[in-house]
Amino acid sequence: MDHFARLGLPAALELDGAALDRAYFAAQRQWHPDRFVGKPPEDRARASTEAAGLNDAYRTLKDPLSRAVYLAGLNGIDLPGDGKTIDDPDLLMEAMETREELHEAATADAVDVLAARSRDEMTKALAGLGTLFLRHDKAAIRKALLRLRYLDKFAEEARARRTNLHREKA
Amino acid sequence: MSLLEIHEPGETPLPHAGEASLAVGIDLGTTNSVVAIAREGVPAALHDDSGKSLVPSIVAYPDAGGVLVGEEARLLMAREPRNTVASIKRLMGRGAADLHAVAGVLPYEIEPGSGQTDMVKLRIGGKARSPVEISAEILKALRARAEAALDKPIERAVITVPAYFDDAARTATRDAARVAGLEVLRLVNEPTAAALAYGLDKGSEGLYAVYDLGGGTFDFSLLRLEKGVFQVLATGGDAALGGDDFDRAIAERMLAERKKDGVADQVDEAAVKTVLALARQIKEQLSGRDQASGRLELAGIPSFHALGRADFEAMIAKDISRTLDIAGNVLADAGMTASDVQGVVLVGGSTRLPLVRSAVAGMIGKPALTDIDPDEVVALGAALQAEALTGGGDTLLLDITPLSLGLETMGGIVEKVVPRNTPIPVQLAQEFTTYHDGQTAMAIHVVQGEREMVADCRSLARFELSGIPPMTAGAARIRVSFAVDADGLLAVSAEERTTGVAQRIEVKPSYGLSHDDMADMLYDSLDNAEADVTQRLLVEARVEARRNLLALEAALAKDGSLLGADERVALDAARAHLEAAIAGEDRDAINAAAEALENLSKPFAERRMDRGIREALAGLSVGELESRVGE
Repeated sequence: MDHFARLGLPAALELDGAALDRAYFAAQRQWHPDRFVGKPPEDRARASTEAAGLNDAYRTLKDPLSRAVYLAGLNGIDLPGDGKTIDDPDLLMEAMETREELHEAATADAVDVLAARSRDEMTKALAGLGTLFLRHDKAAIRKALLRLRYLDKFAEEARARRTNLHREKA
Repeated sequence: MSLLEIHEPGETPLPHAGEASLAVGIDLGTTNSVVAIAREGVPAALHDDSGKSLVPSIVAYPDAGGVLVGEEARLLMAREPRNTVASIKRLMGRGAADLHAVAGVLPYEIEPGSGQTDMVKLRIGGKARSPVEISAEILKALRARAEAALDKPIERAVITVPAYFDDAARTATRDAARVAGLEVLRLVNEPTAAALAYGLDKGSEGLYAVYDLGGGTFDFSLLRLEKGVFQVLATGGDAALGGDDFDRAIAERMLAERKKDGVADQVDEAAVKTVLALARQIKEQLSGRDQASGRLELAGIPSFHALGRADFEAMIAKDISRTLDIAGNVLADAGMTASDVQGVVLVGGSTRLPLVRSAVAGMIGKPALTDIDPDEVVALGAALQAEALTGGGDTLLLDITPLSLGLETMGGIVEKVVPRNTPIPVQLAQEFTTYHDGQTAMAIHVVQGEREMVADCRSLARFELSGIPPMTAGAARIRVSFAVDADGLLAVSAEERTTGVAQRIEVKPSYGLSHDDMADMLYDSLDNAEADVTQRLLVEARVEARRNLLALEAALAKDGSLLGADERVALDAARAHLEAAIAGEDRDAINAAAEALENLSKPFAERRMDRGIREALAGLSVGELESRVGE
């Protein structure tokens, strides 16, 4: 059963966060291991498996990027594992430039500017995904998702850099 | 001594039919412990005859025989220091290598030889005792108190642990309960329990923070409350930061003052305990006034010590600012900011310090919730959960993993399988492959922590998957599955997918292998993220280069005859060059040498391919050839 079906939700890129929460909470009310204390071991094992499946589904669908990657996978678009070499020359160029900027950012404010720009780019790229999915443009979806994954990673690096700057100052 | 019952892992016996036994909530704290019961949704801490709910987490094994727990043990501390032990929680699940983190705090004699591959043992009352059996004495005392207060046998409990407790410490806590004759219905994280206690009025909805600074541990958690659902979004902390550290700072200052006055103290166990006790009194006084003082007497030499609140606050400012840094990281993990938080719950005796209150209020921008006694709130929440689990309740508690879980891969890099803040229970798997041709076994090393390198994370377990059929490097599919149950306990299994060679282990911690204390792990991960990435890239370059060298060696052994003598000499030189680069620390040099070798070996690779095709085609008729092409 795919993650969408498990939570009784339509397999779509756009997902109402509140609807996802409602579906998840309702299913966990039924399957959470806390509801099976004192029940026979086989019932409890079943509950544990169901609850773990629900958690996996919830975690995957909650985040827009991981949801898009998952939906792409359902559509036969597989991305290389995380941390693998970038094979898109445009993205490679963008990555080198932004990394350089982050490396040179000497203040927390400068890092914040870069992080905010990266977030904007993510929002835009996520918004553009819908059209690509409608067109079933697999190559473009793959390219966009790899770029989104890079932007996400960049945001994490910016956060680490900010923490370092903050601590150096203190 | 009666024999312990050991059940199948993950199974607990059914309660005796027809005998409705009550279940209690227990806060097994570093400094104090509390037992509570909830009836019809109303929790209450259980008191002793003198009306006290707090049981000091102190155990004594007096010369006169027997075991004392709590206030009675505390009274014995000064007279028989070698027979008493406090703050044992700090050693739960710890090996010898973890001890530097608590050295100086715990004036105990460590049993020589213990802690190398097992948990450390202490020499108390002339006998080697493990933290599990010492904690079990506290749990037995709490159980006895509950049975006396309720006049019923108590066999089941919800026990709280710091959210930041790792797998080893959780397992040790559950073991201690077993020794005390208690079935653990659930290990609940302390901040979550506190939120449960506050969530009584179902009107409170939204995002809440729990700031829990106890005697020995700090936790910060973010929870979302919605219609009886308690959803933990993110958590972080430090398993070795708490009020004990403040006591120690004051104690060290007093000893330094004596030294300055020319007193040559022999600081033995008894002295340390005496100084720490006075330090604690002074600290507690400073919460209510601006100045506190006390008289210290060691080996018959008295001294007087005064401390102002401002000075004390300056001494602990660094620790408090560290808790705020951790809180900031937890907020960022959840993608939230301080202004999203509707209220912050204060837990733990150390949150009585005015500096803590003002710092937390300053960060969140709202006054803290303190209407429930911070010393009792965790036990009250645990009692509510115990009632919900036995009597059935409507609340739903959704908790998460505090630390990432992963595996060691080539070069000592950590591959995370379960990231921190993943909702539990969880079952996640990842596939790995072999590195050498013909490799028949794989060492699986399970680690916990946020850093990129194994050496910086806590080692939880090692096991070996053997019986992998010999295959080309990279062909085997080893699926490693991690399952974390609702208690936050981990089980790991590994399976070779093509043949189904399965092996399963319950994680048993391999103590003392980690260089860092687990407390520092998450915090360090942000500090070191940049250095980690550089190190990881270097290691990856090495691994990749070695893989290419191995493949080339294998090819040379098989088809070396395809090369002329000059070519061979050049290729060997390039191989040696790459070997030298791998031994160095320069990633670019490794990549350059690897690329040079690859270019140089290209003609060889092409000739091998030609030979392979010729061999495949040799002796085939045109008809056969066509049918092959069509395959």
